[in-house]
Amino acid sequence: MSEPTAFVNARLLDPASGLDGRGTLIIESGRIAAAGPDVKPPHGAEQIDCKGACLAPGLIDIRAFVGEPGFEHKETFATAGDAAAAGGVTTFVCQPQTDPPLDEPALVGFISRRAAGACAVNVFAMAAITKGLRGQEMTEIGLLAEAGAVAFTDGDKAVADAQVMRRALSYATTWGLPVVQHVEEPSLARGGAMNEGEVATRLGLRGIPSIAEVILLERDLRLVELTGGRYHAACISTAESADAMRRAKKRGLRATCGVAAHHFALNETEVGDYRTFAKTSPPLRSEADRKAIVAAIADGTVDVIVSDHSPQDQESKRLPFAVAEPGIAGLQTLLPLALELYHGGHVALLPLLAKMTVNPARFLGLPSGSLAVGVAADLVMFDLDAPWRISEHGLLSKSKNTPFDGRPVQGRVLRTLVAGETVFEA
Amino acid sequence: MTPPSTSPATASERFRHRHLLGIEGLKADEITYLLDRAESYVAQNRQAGTRLSLLRGRTLMNLFFESSTRTRMSFELAGKRLGADVINMSVEGSSIKKGETLMDTAMTLNAMRPDVLVVRHSDSGAVALLAQKVSCSVINGGDGAHEHPTQALLDALTIRRRKGRIEGLVVTICGDISHSRVARSNIQLLNIMGAQVRVVAPPTLLPPMVERLGVEVYNDMRRGLAGCDIVMMLRLQSERMNGSYVPSLSEYFHFYGLDRAKLAVASPDALVMHPGPMNRGVEIDTDLADDIDRSAIAEQVEVGVAIRMACLEALMAHLPSIAPQESRP
Repeated sequence: MSEPTAFVNARLLDPASGLDGRGTLIIESGRIAAAGPDVKPPHGAEQIDCKGACLAPGLIDIRAFVGEPGFEHKETFATAGDAAAAGGVTTFVCQPQTDPPLDEPALVGFISRRAAGACAVNVFAMAAITKGLRGQEMTEIGLLAEAGAVAFTDGDKAVADAQVMRRALSYATTWGLPVVQHVEEPSLARGGAMNEGEVATRLGLRGIPSIAEVILLERDLRLVELTGGRYHAACISTAESADAMRRAKKRGLRATCGVAAHHFALNETEVGDYRTFAKTSPPLRSEADRKAIVAAIADGTVDVIVSDHSPQDQESKRLPFAVAEPGIAGLQTLLPLALELYHGGHVALLPLLAKMTVNPARFLGLPSGSLAVGVAADLVMFDLDAPWRISEHGLLSKSKNTPFDGRPVQGRVLRTLVAGETVFEA
Repeated sequence: MTPPSTSPATASERFRHRHLLGIEGLKADEITYLLDRAESYVAQNRQAGTRLSLLRGRTLMNLFFESSTRTRMSFELAGKRLGADVINMSVEGSSIKKGETLMDTAMTLNAMRPDVLVVRHSDSGAVALLAQKVSCSVINGGDGAHEHPTQALLDALTIRRRKGRIEGLVVTICGDISHSRVARSNIQLLNIMGAQVRVVAPPTLLPPMVERLGVEVYNDMRRGLAGCDIVMMLRLQSERMNGSYVPSLSEYFHFYGLDRAKLAVASPDALVMHPGPMNRGVEIDTDLADDIDRSAIAEQVEVGVAIRMACLEALMAHLPSIAPQESRP
């Protein structure tokens, strides 16, 4: 049994308990043994002086694509793990749109084994809702759940068929697992490359109307009401979607939603002169939508903040805008971008962190995401105020596709621990 | 007749760009300069056997990822009349079809050291992307639904020759605005030059928020044409006529095809233009297209060569010189 480690002089931040104060945290055998203002380091413990830096539960990112299997040239569990660790993310949930897609129990097992050996942080997998992500036949939801799948999604594809969605929501209730939707009505979004509006019209690009999102979301919410299923909208990006979620929650539906960091950090003008690094799915929206998303984060409508990590190699991005792949490599920049909401005075610190710690933990049914005694010591230590510039060269992801290169941010990860072991140190 | 002389220094001061990627970003004085230069080339091109030496020793490459006859030939002729070596490359039978990326093609062509690349591509923004990767000048020969600057310039010259001015004219652009690069370039150029621009189309062929580009929007063609000085017709692609964007060809012609009855509401001396190739009986009545008094379609093609000569000349001023006194040690 290893000697205990004491992190003294820390600003302890625990959204689960509401703790925000100077104190000490003790790790013993990879678990949190004590945390609080009055905790004293035990005799013989190794002491680490945090010098006032924040110590919080490690971030949990429930939407991060990794290229294994099939797209190892874009990202591997090893490189995604390094990026996550450097970003203070101690758990992420990989997505099923791999090649082959994660639609069979054996593949979920493969992911667990691959990740356990190669990845510096904890990895869970979402499995496909439909076979081959084709949106037609349900996968073996029960067997996939037993193999370790934490939720079901067709990744970056929407389940468009209402009957398929209804049955998936209904069937998954037996295992209590959520069905996660990419909320975009495909028939309205087809061929679109960016948000529909003036910018798209000027650039001569076909647009994706914001209405494509709320139409599918509203339909799904009706199906949730009908089936009593657990539903999660992966990344909402529009004002109308935020309103729809607000109303659904008021009605007591088992529906939650996430927001990707780039949807509150950027708007459609970022596309500028056909910058493919600003091509995302759903697309970057108007400034009015961006503001509405910030408001939805502040008022609690949004449950989780995700990176929607989508690593893309140069060959997938150095193309004409319409044919370039969407996505941002976002694991490593999740925390500083989220902290912009705190520094900008939009969201208080603990509620903000809750959306990346205790909320996703509860969503996944994990005991982590808090500083409670007995929980695995997955932690992030960060300087809340330190100014720095995001640089693509500093990204540890195999793909460096970030529109945030050169962006000045505040809040820097100093150290990341997984089960008490340091996996990143600045 | 001697070519009107402009010193390279003057030309580079009057046209301040290394590439011609779009009308966006050009200023009124730069457009006027190009039109003036083209005007002199129109006169010159009517002389038999004229071939200038301005581009002697220069290589112009036509790189067309999308089929085109008239634009490619127009650039070819413009280049040859200025004395350049002209090479045409089209996608058919080239390595592009074998999966070589746009960027690889750009690098390969760049290594052959052309002086000017004329590029047409079916994706908006593709020409600008390619321009970032090459060291020569690039002219946009049409990219997706984005821009087709030399078409807008030749349209402007045609208007100016027929009407004596652009400023203050009412120009109505009719047809598939949504998918048209010609419309986008013309809307910008005409706004820069002080014309009043209207667009006429069924709602399904209008891009969202098109009014923000500085146009008045009409769904009723007669109202859009009322009192206008210029009617610009756009080509409607056949695959958009069969129920996807408009119900049928005959319905489209009934409401949006230009015939004498609809044209009667325009100004009595209104000029009819079309970038070609025309769909006779779809967007324009065939006898109207051939009416030499009303239609400027043939003239558009003629001044197109002159416009492209003017553009090549303007970009030339920014190329490193191949001065005769330059000698190798």
